[in-house]
Amino acid sequence: MEVERAPGQPRECSDVNGLVGWGLGTLVFAGCLLFRRPLGTAGDTVLARLDDILDHPRFARLGDGPSAVLLLVPALVILAVFGFAPLLYAVYISLFDVHAGEFVALENYVRAWNDPEFWGSIRVTIYYALGTIPTTLVLSFSIAWLLFRLGRGRGVFRTAYFLPYVTSVVAAATVWRVLLRPHSGYVNALFHAVGLPAQTWLIEQRGVLYLLTHGWFAPETGPSLALCCIIAFDVWHASGFAIVIFLAGLTAIPRELEEAAVIDGAGPFQILRNVILPLLSPTVFFLFIVSAIKAFQSFNSFYTLTNTARSTDTQNLVIYIYAQLYENQRFGYGATIAVCLCVAIVALTLLQWRFLGRKVHYE
Amino acid sequence: MSRRILSYAILAVGALLTTFPFMWMIGTAFMSDREAAAMSLNFWPAVWRWSNIMQTFQAAPFGRYFYNSFLVAAVVTASVVLTSLLAGYAFARLRFLGNRLVFALVLATMMIPFEVTLIPNFLIIRDLGWYNTYSALIVPWCANAFSIFLVRQAFLALPGDYYDAAKIDGCGHLRFLVRVAAPLVKPTLVTVALFAFLGSYNALMWPIIVTSDKEMRVVQYGLTVFWGEGGVRVNLLMCASAIVILPTVAIYFAAQRYFLESSLSAGIKG
Repeated sequence: MEVERAPGQPRECSDVNGLVGWGLGTLVFAGCLLFRRPLGTAGDTVLARLDDILDHPRFARLGDGPSAVLLLVPALVILAVFGFAPLLYAVYISLFDVHAGEFVALENYVRAWNDPEFWGSIRVTIYYALGTIPTTLVLSFSIAWLLFRLGRGRGVFRTAYFLPYVTSVVAAATVWRVLLRPHSGYVNALFHAVGLPAQTWLIEQRGVLYLLTHGWFAPETGPSLALCCIIAFDVWHASGFAIVIFLAGLTAIPRELEEAAVIDGAGPFQILRNVILPLLSPTVFFLFIVSAIKAFQSFNSFYTLTNTARSTDTQNLVIYIYAQLYENQRFGYGATIAVCLCVAIVALTLLQWRFLGRKVHYE
Repeated sequence: MSRRILSYAILAVGALLTTFPFMWMIGTAFMSDREAAAMSLNFWPAVWRWSNIMQTFQAAPFGRYFYNSFLVAAVVTASVVLTSLLAGYAFARLRFLGNRLVFALVLATMMIPFEVTLIPNFLIIRDLGWYNTYSALIVPWCANAFSIFLVRQAFLALPGDYYDAAKIDGCGHLRFLVRVAAPLVKPTLVTVALFAFLGSYNALMWPIIVTSDKEMRVVQYGLTVFWGEGGVRVNLLMCASAIVILPTVAIYFAAQRYFLESSLSAGIKG
């Protein structure tokens, strides 16, 4: 894994000193702003002088232009250099063989089209999205609904369910990885205790359908058991966020509507279906779009759970891009896949907006 | 009534299942090597070995990893607060040519997935000579569109009269921003700071790509290589995970209010 990629690059952390100065400066400044400690009269004078220069009558024609330039430059420079420029740069280098330095036009795209590993990674991404999004939404809505009806003790439960979300994916996935160890893992100990055969979980490349039906399906059909473990992990990790948001949405629904439905003789499921869900549709829509985008970008859980045993059955698009960069150093081809991913995400979001957005009921 | 008990029961079982990995992690973290390696359903150590914490720090340079992580996260947080405060104010309150256009462009960067710009960003960092430096870990994250958006919304909600009053008293934009406006949007700034800190602390992919030096590793990266480098001593691995998780959980509990407020508005306003 330890690849030394850039010969001639400084290995020392030579920028520490400048950085510490800069860091301390921003920290002090942010601290002053946050905790309302005035910068003292000296700071005030400096600001007043600056204001005088910026508001000089000479600039009257420009409105607040000079102040705007001063305030916007820090943010805009960073966004331009590390946000916009790389996007254009990605499209640009996707037309090149970076190592040979030659322009290859659309060759990289043709190559992607004919690359079974690329299509495999798309398949994994789609399985993953189909596996995580509906499960997370249904599960967290059910829990939020129960919590909402509960009243007392809601806070404790909410904290418990929210806990995975506030832990880092890497640390939580490390715990799961140990729990799912192939030989002596805790889950296998549980399986052993109830008389089920031990599984190899995260390194199992055969499909769940194959394992569940004892070979009725081909081993390559459907997602592998390893991928299902990753899906289960991410459902577990992301549900807390969805629960909190569903709870917020439920709390915002006026109680009178529900009461009116009860008076009209509606049962709990009718209320849920005809009153609550339509009024909750903006929340569902928001969660749907956010989790779809996230599903296409998932990296940390895939990387941590399959770190040393990476194989094509658990390689999603982002991992594949990463592999081009880190393991193969095929920058042009990696950028090509990245451009495809970007197009896919934007297209997907627009489609959802168009088709689902229409069904959303805003009060 | 029975339905009530049933829902309590379901929720309790669910909560136990959800938190089980963490309980298991903490129990295992303080087991002896033999206990931890055994295949058993027990997750309560016979003797709590607190010395495992020391051993974890000896097995891998987690001290150094934490130093890197906190340094990077602190500077990123301060910078994000600063850049979004300034830019948010400019977009909300200043009248200048192209305000709307520039703001739309800034928002557009939210649509660009980070993974797409990964390779170009790596090449940019390499060409700047920043490979294996703190600058590489910090500078690209010093501004983001979402924070700017949040701060701008907060400034828009302030009554315009404040500025008019300050202006009559001879106060310019900068002084007004620092003295009057920034303290008034403090809750938003805290939210922005929290997300910036957690985002930076929890990042994995970018540190893997722009650093290779052991001295430059952040905790998340350190944890992923600990599996291979530390030998598989499960108790130390769990101890390390617990140590990595601790700061974020602490921050969350200290600032729960801000988190819930921000997710509330996200859910309702869509």
